Amino acid sequence: MKPEDILRIAREETEKQGFYKYRINICCSSGCLPFGALNLLKAFENAVKKFGVESECKVARAGCPGTCSVGPVVLLEPGGYIYQNVTPEKAREIVKSHIVAGIPVKEYLYANEAFFKKQLRLVLRNAGKINPMRIEDYIAAGGYQALIKCLTKMTPKEVIDEITASGLRGRGGAGFPTGQKWNFVAREKNTPKYVVANLDEGDPGVFANRTLAEADPHSIIEGMIISAYAVGAEQGYIYVRAEYPLAVNTLREALRQAKAMNLIGENILESGFNFNIELRLGAGAFIAGEETGILASIEGRRATPRPRPPYPATSGLWGKPTLINNVETLANVPPIILNGGDWFAKIGTPKCTGTKCFSLTGKVNNPGLIEVPMGITLREVIFEIGGGILRGRKFKAVLVGGPSGGCLPESMLGLPIDYESLTKAGAIMGSGGIVVIDDTACMVDTAWFFTDFCVDESCGKCVPCRVGLLKIRNILERIMKGEGKMDDIDLLEELGVYVRDASLCGLGQTAPNPTLTTLRYFRDEYVAHISEKRCPAGKCFKEQASLEVKE
Amino acid sequence: MSKEDRRLLILEREMKARMYQKSVLLEILHLAHELYGYFDKDLLNYISERLNLPPSHVYGVASFYHLFRLKKPGEHVVSACMGTACYVSGVEEIISAIEREFNVKRGGSTADGKLSLFITRCIGACAMAPNVTIDNEVIGKANKEVVLKRIKDIIGG
Ligand SMILES: Cc1cc2nc3c(=O)[nH]c(=O)nc-3n(C[C@H](O)[C@H](O)[C@H](O)COP(=O)(O)O)c2cc1C
Ligand code: SF4
Ligand code: FES
Ligand code: FES
Repeated sequence: MKPEDILRIAREETEKQGFYKYRINICCSSGCLPFGALNLLKAFENAVKKFGVESECKVARAGCPGTCSVGPVVLLEPGGYIYQNVTPEKAREIVKSHIVAGIPVKEYLYANEAFFKKQLRLVLRNAGKINPMRIEDYIAAGGYQALIKCLTKMTPKEVIDEITASGLRGRGGAGFPTGQKWNFVAREKNTPKYVVANLDEGDPGVFANRTLAEADPHSIIEGMIISAYAVGAEQGYIYVRAEYPLAVNTLREALRQAKAMNLIGENILESGFNFNIELRLGAGAFIAGEETGILASIEGRRATPRPRPPYPATSGLWGKPTLINNVETLANVPPIILNGGDWFAKIGTPKCTGTKCFSLTGKVNNPGLIEVPMGITLREVIFEIGGGILRGRKFKAVLVGGPSGGCLPESMLGLPIDYESLTKAGAIMGSGGIVVIDDTACMVDTAWFFTDFCVDESCGKCVPCRVGLLKIRNILERIMKGEGKMDDIDLLEELGVYVRDASLCGLGQTAPNPTLTTLRYFRDEYVAHISEKRCPAGKCFKEQASLEVKE
Repeated sequence: MSKEDRRLLILEREMKARMYQKSVLLEILHLAHELYGYFDKDLLNYISERLNLPPSHVYGVASFYHLFRLKKPGEHVVSACMGTACYVSGVEEIISAIEREFNVKRGGSTADGKLSLFITRCIGACAMAPNVTIDNEVIGKANKEVVLKRIKDIIGG
């Protein structure tokens, strides 16, 4: 295949899609699939046949448009109508009324404009709109044109310069400047070089990366090929956890189709550039997302991190220079190449450009997958996009950054979302989880939950993390049982700082965050547990209380 | 092992295709786990022999990753999601209810081997939290009444 062939496919596919007046996109991502999405696909196909509108209405499998709490969800174009909680019965009615008679079925619509109003969908540009199982859909939406531009018009150095100019920073958590990282690997003389796409997403309760892979796998793959071209790698691995069977299958199919079109493989689009991608399955270890952990895992070992330097850029997979990027970082690459780094740099804040995907969950009215410009405040995300707190209860805290993030109180809601502000407040960007909790949650219990997770997930290699976290968890348990002492608060703080400063890798270094931030912002709850044997949220002591009553 | 059991054959073929490289251990473990549902000592020993790796290494890797089971699961498997979204939405209450009702501990199975109760960390339907999976069926926005009833239906029938 030549670049012209890809452009021809784009033209033909666009033309083909133009025959249809309507397109019904059925979300078949992880949030909707378990709730009957595939039946719905059939129901729509049958309905369209029954009413004789097959020739003007395309029914297609699609990814997640974001409104995952009201699934199964259907996106009807043109007009971007989102139907919620669709059943096979509703499907027939939607076809009858919306397609045949031209009247949208108001009662079934997701009537929530606020959810989308402040979002900016760059990474999720195709999510929900294209069939992730068809490469032609991606190509018709402008896919692989950035790759063609790189291969035909840009040198590797120019590609890196464009990424540097965009100000793009790693979306995997730490926010390291992507252009700079690419440069480190590009200038290494040692070969072969490798690129790794990180889709471990071990944070429990975060589904942004997985949903991206399920909805638009080629955006990741295209970004990855471009990164390989830029740094001079010939082999790449996508590391995805096996617990995401749908993401695994979608990626596997996408790779197969990309290979068939010579977008990966030997002599890509007759450019002389060779690059192959293999999938590697993780097996449920949070620590396997850490960059040296992921390398060990791909090499077939326990995912225990090692000290750095040497950094993976110099000594990664099998001791060779290796570029590791998060999949969301990679999905940002094609639009940057097509529209220019300057265009991207204008989005977000000056130090933190572009957008960020978040999975918004917990006690908000509109949970889902969102993408917002950097710099937006937590308040806007929770109260405008998220529609405020479920059942009109009171906001208590927001957990940002996963199990090693922080718990921020109401007074911090004005905080802009960017790497520096979040870190200063004691949280982290992490891989993009925002979990909202209301006044029914106990903050000591919340700190316990995250600490317990990190105890489970600690690889056990270094003492501060392995032993320190266990101690923290035990003290929290003691406090929750009403056996805490006032000194415990100081002890927790001391231990937390010690674990943070002395641990080898990011897990231990951030695992005390939930404890430290709850101590910082919700100290009164700890005090109530210790001195009054009272849980302000009424969560702890419950079992003991009921036991006493029984006696 | 019965003659019809071709699982070892499949495993062997895959190892051969990968030229018995040590670095494919995790891939082989995935396949073996898919075929058998869990690892017993013989299976791990077999893999270690074929890949020419110390048994301690194979066991070390197999036990490191949470996905892999080292014990035979029960006939029916309930897995409750204890990811953050499900936790803050009250999955703990459902889990303790199952533990009490069926006399089973999280991570374990009932004495008669009919039911296992496992904990997972996020199945990707967080907006539907709390989620409980019973065999292959996911119950979203779950509560303990619905879950207990469904389990009874399944193990009763
Ligand atoms: C405990 C731990 C878990 C991590 N998990 C992930 C993960 O699941 N996905 C990811 O992209 N990065 C994860 N990271 C960050 C990676 O180490 C690495 O910084 C990132 O993949 C680099 O890509 P980026 O520059 O594009 O962000 C994790 C880090 C730590 C310390
Ligand atoms: S900090 Fe924890 S997870 Fe990281 S290397 Fe040490 S023990 Fe392992
Ligand atoms: S998974 Fe279907 S809308 Fe998000
Ligand atoms: S936290 Fe339970 S599905 Fe994600």
